[in-house]
Amino acid sequence: MKTFDVIIIGAGSVGVPTALSLAQKKLKVLVIDSLASPGQGQNKKAIGGIRATHSDKGKIATSLKSIEIFSTWKEVYGDDIGWIANGYSFPAYSEKDEKMLKDLMKVQKSFNLNIKWLSKEEYLEIVPGINQENLRGSTYSPDDGSASPLLAINAFYFKSLEFGAQYKFNEQVLSIDTSKSDEIKIKTDKGEYSANKVINAAGIYAKEIGKMAGFDIPVIPDSHEGAITEPVQRFFGPMVVDLRPCEDPATEDSANYYFYQNNEGQVIFCITPKNLIYGTNSESTSVFLPQVAKRMVSLFPKLVNLKVRRTWRGQYPMSPDGFPLVGAHKGNPNFISAVGMCGQGYMLGPGLGELLSRIVTEQLTAEDHDVLNNFDLERDFSSVEKFK
Amino acid sequence: MTKNRIEQHPVLPIVGKEEVSFYWNKEKLFAKKDEIISSALFANGIKVFGHNHKDDSARGIFCANGQCAKCTVIANGIPVKACMVEVQENMFIERVEGLPTLPDVEGQAQISDIENIETDVLIIGGGPAGLSASIQLNENKIKTILIDDKNKLGGKLVLQTHKFFGSVEDSYAGMRGMDIGSMLADEVKQSEYVEVWRSSTALYVFNDKKVGILKDGVYKLVTPKIILNAAGAREKFLRFKGNSLSGVYGAGAFQTLVNRDLVKPSENLFIIGGGNVGIIAGYHALQAGINVVGLAEAAPKCGGYKVHEDKLTRLGVPIYTSHSIVSANGSDSVKSVTIAKVDENFNIIEGTEKTYECDTVLIAVGLESVAEFTDEAKSAGIKVFAAGDASEIAEASSAMFNGKIAGIKIVKEFLPEAKEIPEAWYTKADILKSHPGELQEIETSTLEEGIFPVLHCKQEIPCNPCSTVCPEGAIFMDGDPIKGLPKYSKGCEGCLKCLTICPGLAITLVDFRKDKENPTVFLPYEVYNYSIQKGDKATCVDVDGNELGFFEVLGAKATKDSDRTQIVRIKASKEVAKKIVGFKIQTKKVSEQLFEKIPHDHIQDNEVICLCEGVTAGEIRELVRTGATDMNQIKAVTRAGMGPCGYKTCENLIKQIFFAEKIAQEDMVLNIRRPLYVEVPLGKFANGGQ
Repeated sequence: MKTFDVIIIGAGSVGVPTALSLAQKKLKVLVIDSLASPGQGQNKKAIGGIRATHSDKGKIATSLKSIEIFSTWKEVYGDDIGWIANGYSFPAYSEKDEKMLKDLMKVQKSFNLNIKWLSKEEYLEIVPGINQENLRGSTYSPDDGSASPLLAINAFYFKSLEFGAQYKFNEQVLSIDTSKSDEIKIKTDKGEYSANKVINAAGIYAKEIGKMAGFDIPVIPDSHEGAITEPVQRFFGPMVVDLRPCEDPATEDSANYYFYQNNEGQVIFCITPKNLIYGTNSESTSVFLPQVAKRMVSLFPKLVNLKVRRTWRGQYPMSPDGFPLVGAHKGNPNFISAVGMCGQGYMLGPGLGELLSRIVTEQLTAEDHDVLNNFDLERDFSSVEKFK
Repeated sequence: MTKNRIEQHPVLPIVGKEEVSFYWNKEKLFAKKDEIISSALFANGIKVFGHNHKDDSARGIFCANGQCAKCTVIANGIPVKACMVEVQENMFIERVEGLPTLPDVEGQAQISDIENIETDVLIIGGGPAGLSASIQLNENKIKTILIDDKNKLGGKLVLQTHKFFGSVEDSYAGMRGMDIGSMLADEVKQSEYVEVWRSSTALYVFNDKKVGILKDGVYKLVTPKIILNAAGAREKFLRFKGNSLSGVYGAGAFQTLVNRDLVKPSENLFIIGGGNVGIIAGYHALQAGINVVGLAEAAPKCGGYKVHEDKLTRLGVPIYTSHSIVSANGSDSVKSVTIAKVDENFNIIEGTEKTYECDTVLIAVGLESVAEFTDEAKSAGIKVFAAGDASEIAEASSAMFNGKIAGIKIVKEFLPEAKEIPEAWYTKADILKSHPGELQEIETSTLEEGIFPVLHCKQEIPCNPCSTVCPEGAIFMDGDPIKGLPKYSKGCEGCLKCLTICPGLAITLVDFRKDKENPTVFLPYEVYNYSIQKGDKATCVDVDGNELGFFEVLGAKATKDSDRTQIVRIKASKEVAKKIVGFKIQTKKVSEQLFEKIPHDHIQDNEVICLCEGVTAGEIRELVRTGATDMNQIKAVTRAGMGPCGYKTCENLIKQIFFAEKIAQEDMVLNIRRPLYVEVPLGKFANGGQ
């Protein structure tokens, strides 16, 4: 049996940057994934937006670290991962939304986030052509941005290989033996491995992996569909998040949707259905395009001529309250979970990777404890994330 | 005015059409009314439509089928695929350099619900298979929607000017493909239970059992009980230096330009691939008055029918077997092609390179089924059948027959009591799709009196109209009634029916009745825009193109029954009369080798794998050598397959790199196919036109 310091289950948004951080600390790391290459689960379904403008200490601190890693990657390591600091915006089309966003801004500013309120006129300058009717202005957080999930995870992956991380692809974890707390054994369909510590970064399969180790992890995947267009010259700046719910009997009701123009000039968009669809089915439905298109072209008429190139369906691994679940399990501190990313694993991943490496090496800082408090595995799940 | 139009054609009618003016980068030009933009530009001699934003390669025609976006232009401010959009009076068309600009729009976008439609059967593709199936469904009163992405039914039959192989009884052998297409289309258009949607592209079979279809620009959702995938095939592409130049494209695109739009896209053409598709494209080129410089086939012999190949050889086109393409040369557009001999492993033998001047390199190296609709339907849990090339690559005659079988199979799903499919049909279906057999030696007739046919048909292929058309029953099939070799017994009355029906143009008649020393040879000829007439002298050749002598033409004309095939009468000496099969029309000069050194800037070092994103073989090879054998990872890192065509072109080429790098089959992971089949403007999904 091959022995490692740490085994990570899942070569995705969280697992790969975590492997990099651990390998950089000279730990012997193995990553196991049932798919054929890094990021083939939900990572590649991410649209690529990266923001620190959340509403809680945990995600804000983690994302700030991620942004630092994403934004300096090219400078530090040389490869282009498509980072652009295009910012996020949440336009308001009602007094109620304006108030809600402005209230949230107060919280965000208290965490020293760079976020401001743009007047209607100021907003039209960065999103020229957006529907002006009832537009009241928008939040704008210029330090947020975007990068290619595909390029980023491969950059992290190849870098982690350089630092000695090992990967087993196309391998299905079958069982986890935690009877010896400091030597956890993992059996796959192709082999057996053991490690001092195991990290569950299995995304939408977090619950199943947890169960193998004897832990109940309340993560349930629900579906979201996304799409990408042809590339055109840049015609607007930030990620646009339309928070309004929409009733449409013809296409089914929907919650928020969002879109931005990436570094290639392609617009990527995604919508949240009102009635969540649970499960791991990733086959595209006929509902998505008419549902999102009606809303997007109403908000931004210029988009009518932009050609949709590809669509896909992925899942958000949802926790009960919309916040991640990260930390060592009380029943066995050598079994660590970093799960329930609720669709934000990509943007949280690099920051979490560093945090997890400090959990493993027992180098947690005071701030880390604050962050982990927010992500506590056994917290009370009654409060709900408002700003997903 | 427009210079690159086909002004005369032996088969296709040249219809005078009203002209409309349009602007190309502010220059006023003329197009035919309703002409597709790309063809209008080609007719005006414009073959470079701009340059790719990634690698600055020339944009222009590639698929001519709406599948890729290489032909993107800006039409009245909006980026469109030039091969799919018609020219409008005073349309302002501009080239695309780099990324296009998305135009501003006035006011609000139109919003309306998408129409949902239910049907028993949805047939995707109105080519030979889809039309044949439709006829069966209509006869049995099954409610069917037949969609086709072109504005004319018939699929690729529309482009086939030659007479078809197969059998008269099962697949209208001896009729021209285009006429079979019209005939089937007319029958389907009049059918009561089959609703025909033209200019309608299937975008995806969604998991909720609805098929997204862009019907003449309006998005619809169709819920069928059963789907028939008759969407045909796509052409495979090839990896070589200079493969992203303007002027390198598929045989299908070429046929579309020439035979559908009557545009002359080339003066001097070189063809890569000696299957039926490549050979026919060469024949169509000659019919359109385009020089065919040569044809290279990597295998030791052409894969297409021998009688097809012979047509080209006889007319004077050199065929280079065991030769492959080394490079297409030119800085933006093709100026010449370099080929070389290959060894038994298809590796280039250095020092055998030969370069020929040409402006176009046609790639005809095989087809692959458009299987995605079948896979999608299965995944959605919709019962699905496939027919024609979408099921298995074969001739159109086979597609018609197995389309008919698929139609009856579907009927039986609704009406279990309907007639059974005779067992013999399956045998026949297998015969119709059979590959050509080995070449056989045929005995030369010893007859030197009367009139009789000489059958220059040396290879078993599924084709028998000569035996069924002869009113005297003088021709029989030796062996299988469809694919045996035809033989002459006795009793020819000289009606010429066998000569004119033979799709291979491989039957001549020799008449000793008037002159025993210099009999008259009757030859079929259908390239007569190289006109030949009484009093001319022709360089006559045997079946392999060997010259037999220079003989006098006694006359040349099409008859009432010959269906536009001219019958040329030649007075030849009795020693060679029975060997003559045709005469040369193309001079050796066309195919002369170039000996000047190719300018350095004309040699492109890159073999491009993904034309959309400008990804080279080197980039992919390097990644494969780091252990990447998942195409999804290769796509993630290099963007190969992320472009508008959606790995329709590069997937095969990446597979070839895997093979070359000795990656085991079980380690290769193919791309996961996702919607949409072709790019569609977002506004189409927001406005159902209701």
